[in-house]
Amino acid sequence: MTGELAAVIRDLRTAVGAQRVLTDPLQCRTYECDGLTHFRVSPAVVVLAECTDHVRATLRICSAHRVPYVARGSGTGLSGGALPVADGVLLVLSRMREIVELDIDNQRAVVEPGVINLSVTRAGASQGYFYAPDPSSQQVCSIGGNVAENSGGAHCLKYGFTTHHVTGAVVVLPDGSLVHLGGKVIESPGYDLLGAFVGSEGTLGVATEVTLRLVRQPEHIQTLLAGFRSVTDAAGTVSDIIAAGVLPAAVEMMDRLAIEAAEAATHCGYPPGADSILVVEVDGSAAEVAAHFADVRRIADARGAFEIRVAADDAERALIWKGRKSAFAAVGRISPNYLVQDGVIPRTALPDVLREIGRISADCGVRVANVFHAGDGNLHPLVLYDDAVAGETDRAMEANGRILDLCIAYGGSVTGEHGVGADKVAYMGRQFTPEDLDTMQRVRCAFDPAGVSNPGKVFPTPRLCGEAPGARSGVHPLQEAGLAAVF
Amino acid sequence: MSLPGSAVAAAVRPDSIAEVVDVLRHTRPASVLPRGAGTKLDWGAVGAPIEVDLDLRGLAGIVEYNPGDLVVRAMAGTPLDVVQADLAEHGQFLALDPPEAGATLGGIVAAGASGPRRHRYGTARDLLIGVAAVLADGTVARAGGKVVKNVAGYDLMKIYTGSFGTLGVIVETTWRLHPRPPDRRVVTFAGHDGALVRRLMHSALTPTAVEALGEALVVVFEGLTPAVRAQADAAARLGEGVVTTTVPAGFGVRPWLPDGIGLKIAYEITGLDVVLAALRRLPGTRVVGRVGVGVLEAGLPAIDRDQLDRLRAVVARVGGTVVVLAAPEETKRRLDVWGPVGDALPLMRRVKDQFDPEHRLAPGRFVGGI
Repeated sequence: MTGELAAVIRDLRTAVGAQRVLTDPLQCRTYECDGLTHFRVSPAVVVLAECTDHVRATLRICSAHRVPYVARGSGTGLSGGALPVADGVLLVLSRMREIVELDIDNQRAVVEPGVINLSVTRAGASQGYFYAPDPSSQQVCSIGGNVAENSGGAHCLKYGFTTHHVTGAVVVLPDGSLVHLGGKVIESPGYDLLGAFVGSEGTLGVATEVTLRLVRQPEHIQTLLAGFRSVTDAAGTVSDIIAAGVLPAAVEMMDRLAIEAAEAATHCGYPPGADSILVVEVDGSAAEVAAHFADVRRIADARGAFEIRVAADDAERALIWKGRKSAFAAVGRISPNYLVQDGVIPRTALPDVLREIGRISADCGVRVANVFHAGDGNLHPLVLYDDAVAGETDRAMEANGRILDLCIAYGGSVTGEHGVGADKVAYMGRQFTPEDLDTMQRVRCAFDPAGVSNPGKVFPTPRLCGEAPGARSGVHPLQEAGLAAVF
Repeated sequence: MSLPGSAVAAAVRPDSIAEVVDVLRHTRPASVLPRGAGTKLDWGAVGAPIEVDLDLRGLAGIVEYNPGDLVVRAMAGTPLDVVQADLAEHGQFLALDPPEAGATLGGIVAAGASGPRRHRYGTARDLLIGVAAVLADGTVARAGGKVVKNVAGYDLMKIYTGSFGTLGVIVETTWRLHPRPPDRRVVTFAGHDGALVRRLMHSALTPTAVEALGEALVVVFEGLTPAVRAQADAAARLGEGVVTTTVPAGFGVRPWLPDGIGLKIAYEITGLDVVLAALRRLPGTRVVGRVGVGVLEAGLPAIDRDQLDRLRAVVARVGGTVVVLAAPEETKRRLDVWGPVGDALPLMRRVKDQFDPEHRLAPGRFVGGI
């Protein structure tokens, strides 16, 4: 242990109380990874913050000693954004989990960063409100993590991402100072630094209080599941729905392998023999839903859907979603190891890109299951492999990298909602020019001149150049690692 | 159009991004005012004298438009109405409706200008998915991209929106589009108050605009005919609403006169009555605004420092702020047009210093003298 680190530990114990500072290597190992379990680094120190003052003290001490820190919520992130630094501090925010205020009249909730995403929706439900961003991990992921990653979810096609639903944040800057960005009001004079902060993956500071927009529940929701004999027909259906001027709340797609996995894991009863399925949800006023839903059915029929199932009630809707939302976990049942990616392509390129992914899969000799947010072109290819088979890990890595390159080649992005984190740092230089990345880091320099806040994430460094994105094994890390962080 | 801060040494009108880079490199360290059609040059603080009037209307045209992707990429100097005309041919639109005729995309982003549809669709901040800007040192930098869902890198679109040209020269913009709604119904209530707005907001109705227009409240539904008809009828029953198919005169138009005072007031949604009462105490005030999101615009013949301070104190009680957007230059020089910015101002200054260390882009026009 370095002398600096020893001084940091001493100062932290004084500032936040020794019982909130963990240095026992066994305890610290609990936090060695987030949902990207292939990347593991045990932090030297863990701080269990319970209030803004603890966060301020921790950051002030880290900055003073130039010791890096990494903030962490529930640890469900899939890009290694909460991967610790070995000689640094891991700041755990899961204990800050109070819903400070539910202000239904102003359509806002003020929450601490450790509050679980779904808790916000539950808190507003009885008064007819919900919190719109709904990542698949919403039962365990925290609002602080959502803010850091600008999390999306199935329904962001219509409702937008975290950035559209955060109106304020109390942020501790890396030097320990406090700034209030926005509030319950929709805009404030000055630069929209809140907009820059959301999605900055923990590199600009730590939010200790977040003000969220609550959205009125739609009057009516209809959900259908359609089975297709080919991926091309399903993708064509998506394009036709959009071309017809319908904006569904969600359009999700799964291919044969993903369906097989979901079926094995959740017995969701998806149409047998389907080469791909679409889940389409339409919400709004009764008249609007009736008309748009009829359009969707007609289009799916015309594109050759061989079975269309409409959820008759909430229980049937939940069953349709269960298969989709647990798809990542389910893939763990049909493959010893898998890689999950998060690339985005223009929606109209979907059939071409799926064909090319098929080719990459054949070339590399690894299976690829496709589960994705088809409405906004956000792919989640799952590359399946067995690390016990010689050479298969390398081939999976190659397939993974080629899929990301494909997304960039089609004018898309390497990440739609999981974040760059540690995982895709090496790909940023392919999507952006050095000038683009340098300009983004001008913002970084304004917030964190000492570079102590989550270093090594988002922006490539020479050390990481050319490294392939990471792999992980077994069941979904929500079960394996994430839950361990929910107090 | 006269520029704030008076004398201009040079007016330049580049035709390409490369020429913008050349202008910025070759005129260092002269002060530069990036501008589009100049419809909002009187917004913001007066600022320091400008030496280079950088007219971006030469950077015009749609660069890429694939209707199936509901995304358009266009040069920053393109007027919004020109873009809308092209999109309309494909049954789509960019869901921004600031009232300034001829305003360019870049100018709308820089000024953060919006209109009634903000209620449903938000502002440029919410619809801009990619941007290219030339920084003061000539660096060309992009952020975002051409897909709606994208979290790779920092979201610089947000900090350029409403930055009044002080961080960089916006040269290209990429937008999320929406299907153009086929029909519309408009419900007008002769009088309104917080209670009516509250009933509307907490109903399951989904208007695209909830707009104060003087003493009236105008609620707009856009979508399929049966849906908007049913919703408008339901909305009308919340008070004594009258249903029509067209918006009333003056809808969405800024409520100030060319040489009058224009205020923008943001407040917590429930603070409407408090804000309206304070505004009514100022003689000759006319109010327009997005009462469903908590942003009002007020036009008045004159305001002095005391009146502005009192108004700010009242609005602060409902979490809000008052900005003097438009006013005669001599009036602006007497007032703090941006008002208190809060504890993030030093951080804003550091951002400015990083992007424009010589403070040559629109100097003095923004908050805190930035």
